[in-house]
Amino acid sequence: MSTTLWIILAAAAVTYLARILGHLVLSRFARVPPRVQAGLDAVPAAVLTTLVAPAALGGGVPELAALLVTALVALRGSALVTFVAGAAVLIALRNLPW
Amino acid sequence: MASGSGSTEFWRGARATPTMIIAIAPFGLLFGALAADNGFSVLEATLMSALVYGGASQIVGVELFGQRAAPWMIVLSIFIVNTRSILYSAAVGRLIGSWSAARKALAFFLLVDLQYAESEREAERGHRLTFAWYLGLGLPIYLTWIAEAAVGAAFGRLITDPYALGLDFLVPVYFLSLVMGFRRRANWLPVVAASAMGSMLAYVTLGSPWHVTIGALAGILLAAAMPLPRYAEPKRG
Repeated sequence: MSTTLWIILAAAAVTYLARILGHLVLSRFARVPPRVQAGLDAVPAAVLTTLVAPAALGGGVPELAALLVTALVALRGSALVTFVAGAAVLIALRNLPW
Repeated sequence: MASGSGSTEFWRGARATPTMIIAIAPFGLLFGALAADNGFSVLEATLMSALVYGGASQIVGVELFGQRAAPWMIVLSIFIVNTRSILYSAAVGRLIGSWSAARKALAFFLLVDLQYAESEREAERGHRLTFAWYLGLGLPIYLTWIAEAAVGAAFGRLITDPYALGLDFLVPVYFLSLVMGFRRRANWLPVVAASAMGSMLAYVTLGSPWHVTIGALAGILLAAAMPLPRYAEPKRG
């Protein structure tokens, strides 16, 4: 089998593990230890930030403007509206004849 | 309270899905296009959507693949992105306690962010979660997600100028919109600041893909170490 296929199968296995683990383990605790809960609660923002910040390091005007608009629109708009606004700024500025 | 017949319940769940399907379609297509751009075949991209079924983690996976990261590192990063499901399954497990083991096993496979949020809302409305309702909600979203990967990958190969379309930078834009969505959580700003600093430092010193693991750990450990916020029984349906 190709490496890609192995990666996909392993990714599927660890993802399914994450989706049953809470039921199998955390449900045995009457109460999840508070610091574990606080750590798990921070997971989405912590992980997703690592996929934004380093990319911003190498960004020029279109990239940084797109991130700024995304952050601002997110304060009011839905996830889809936010994404479309950020993408529109990025694509528009990249295609401007500077 | 009273649950209708199986097919009534299925359609009650399915009726809620069209807006959700429209909302996630861009991301399903984006995954397919990125997968093709990073060297996945159409079949591989489609298979990944069918077997993993976790949008953000799939995008992280194909991006790291394109950067030639070690396979174990790719799989570990996918797991880290999906660890948020641990809380979802603990919460939803309590709502479906009376289901058979096989039904539960299938339910947890479909437990993506949307499915979790809708299950909590269903419980809040005072409904008992039925298997038929759960599938009515989950299957249309799952099946269109798979189709979007195929379409995105097929057409992604036709894109000749990914830079002009912003393809490389739509991922940070997408993830920033998700990060902002969590802004009402306890200690959100310190967590984001710690992860941003940690990931940038790791990126500059160690290089990709360590920035994911190290940056995420910085934020998670900070949250665990900080004075505890009061949880008003969150995540519980």
